[in-house]
Amino acid sequence: MSEPLSIVVVEEDRDRAIAIVDALRDAGDHDVHVIGHATGLARKIAACQPDIVLIDIDNPTRDMLEELTLASGPLDRPVAMFVSGAAGGLARAAVEAGVSAYVVDGLLPERLTPVMDTAIARFQMMRQMRSELAETRRALEERKVIDRAKGLIMKSRRIGEDEAYALLRRAAMDQGRKIVEVAQALVTASELLS
Amino acid sequence: MKMLRLPIAYMPLVDAAPLIVAQEMGFAANEGLDLDLIAAPSWSSVRDMLAFGRVDAAHLLSPVPVAMALGMGGVSTALSAVMVLSMNGDVIGVSRRLEDLLRADGHPFDFRDPMAAGAALARVAPDGLTIGAPFPFSMHVELLHRWFEATPLAGIPVTIRTVPPPLMAEALADGEIDAFCVGEPWGSVSVEAGYGALLLPGRAIWSFAPEKVLAVRTDWAETEPHLLGRLMRAVWRASRWLANPDARTAASEILSRPAWLDLPPEMIDRALAGRLVVSSRGEERHVDRFVEFHGGATGFPWRSQAKWIGQRLAQRTGGDVTQAMARAGQVFRPDIYRKQLVGIGADLPGANEKVEGALHQPMPVPSVEGDVILQPDAFLDGHIFDPYDP
Repeated sequence: MSEPLSIVVVEEDRDRAIAIVDALRDAGDHDVHVIGHATGLARKIAACQPDIVLIDIDNPTRDMLEELTLASGPLDRPVAMFVSGAAGGLARAAVEAGVSAYVVDGLLPERLTPVMDTAIARFQMMRQMRSELAETRRALEERKVIDRAKGLIMKSRRIGEDEAYALLRRAAMDQGRKIVEVAQALVTASELLS
Repeated sequence: MKMLRLPIAYMPLVDAAPLIVAQEMGFAANEGLDLDLIAAPSWSSVRDMLAFGRVDAAHLLSPVPVAMALGMGGVSTALSAVMVLSMNGDVIGVSRRLEDLLRADGHPFDFRDPMAAGAALARVAPDGLTIGAPFPFSMHVELLHRWFEATPLAGIPVTIRTVPPPLMAEALADGEIDAFCVGEPWGSVSVEAGYGALLLPGRAIWSFAPEKVLAVRTDWAETEPHLLGRLMRAVWRASRWLANPDARTAASEILSRPAWLDLPPEMIDRALAGRLVVSSRGEERHVDRFVEFHGGATGFPWRSQAKWIGQRLAQRTGGDVTQAMARAGQVFRPDIYRKQLVGIGADLPGANEKVEGALHQPMPVPSVEGDVILQPDAFLDGHIFDPYDP
């Protein structure tokens, strides 16, 4: 049995951090640390001496980690974002899933792969959840705008809800636009005129 | 004409203007291109998106592709800098605490004299300084090192720490850093937030510093030469438009939109006009050519510029300087620039390299096309870099 890997996860959001840590611990007997706050990030990581650092690709504090790629002393272990040789495909998959990994030079691919597979799957899942959440929010916003537009039409034309919606839909079709766009235009116009 | 959608990564900065203007003012559309400009959260993200094929071109810090060619920074995909997008445009700023100390020391915040500013700063901070810069491989870091070497700052302990530009003002307020070197609008943002004062424009240290480049994957440049040519012509025409003083107000308005920089146009105009508010007292300072997109062969990627960067990186990290310069020189591509921009009015000098730092006055030089008048490119201390005799 080989030594457990030391992994640092950089993540501010507590729930997301826990989800990643749990997944990594399930995947193997790893030593996982979470760093939440960006202050002194590179120093904190260096103090942990990890084999692997995982960070969300959309995290703006990522550039602070680039300092790790410059070994500043003879005792420092150089760190690379793994792209070479066998790990090249893994790196591409990681970037697509939204995770960037910094790995100590010389870490064997067979030790790296299971960890990265787990991390990639987890980040992909979180990314999907985020985009679904954003989609739900957007749908909700659109509903609100359409409801307001319907209300405006019902009031000024003294017609029912179904009829008002049919009018909106026809206007949208005639203009080749989305219903929500027509509704938004109506709401904006009424705000200007009232 | 059917538009071809081309994904390009950029960082939301004033000097992303040539790409944004190319899209917004129709220069890209004239070439049949619809630029899908993707704002990146970090420079490492810009680099990775380009290296791993998520985008086909990028607005990139000029030292990044050079560092990659030297095997630094973990990602080693071969990139080519096909044109320089902007010259200068950085500012050096200090915390309010240092501002007070400097004023007590009699510093006028003239935003002009790098020697006096360096000497004053070394006097008021004898115990040392921590300075924030956006990325380990950046013109910001190179300018800071040149400034240290030429002034009494060489005599105090100075640490450069990477801080993403949007977090710079906060890091200054928290005392994480004492000073910074950053691209606009982030220096002005720090001043507006009341956290700092601007000490020097980047160009006071090197008056013709290639700041950002248009970078592509070298293999993509070889397989898609026609597409690359269309992109380069669109960007070159956008930079020519930006150089027209009458376009400045419109440019500030465009960049200020929520889709791009999402800041008041007045904040962006400071950099474009070279009129910077340097302190919370509202002192305004004027800098000629604060940031430049066009003219004086600005877009021409001189191999000597890349060699200078390569030499500096190798000297600091202990690499083989001769080899580093040779490799760096291959990253900037005057050959592609000449081939793609011939016949449209771009300045095409006769040479691919020049002595960096020798010009104190504008100087006409032999050219293949255009009347090429090189702009002053002097360093603060008269340093000369001869690519053939470094």
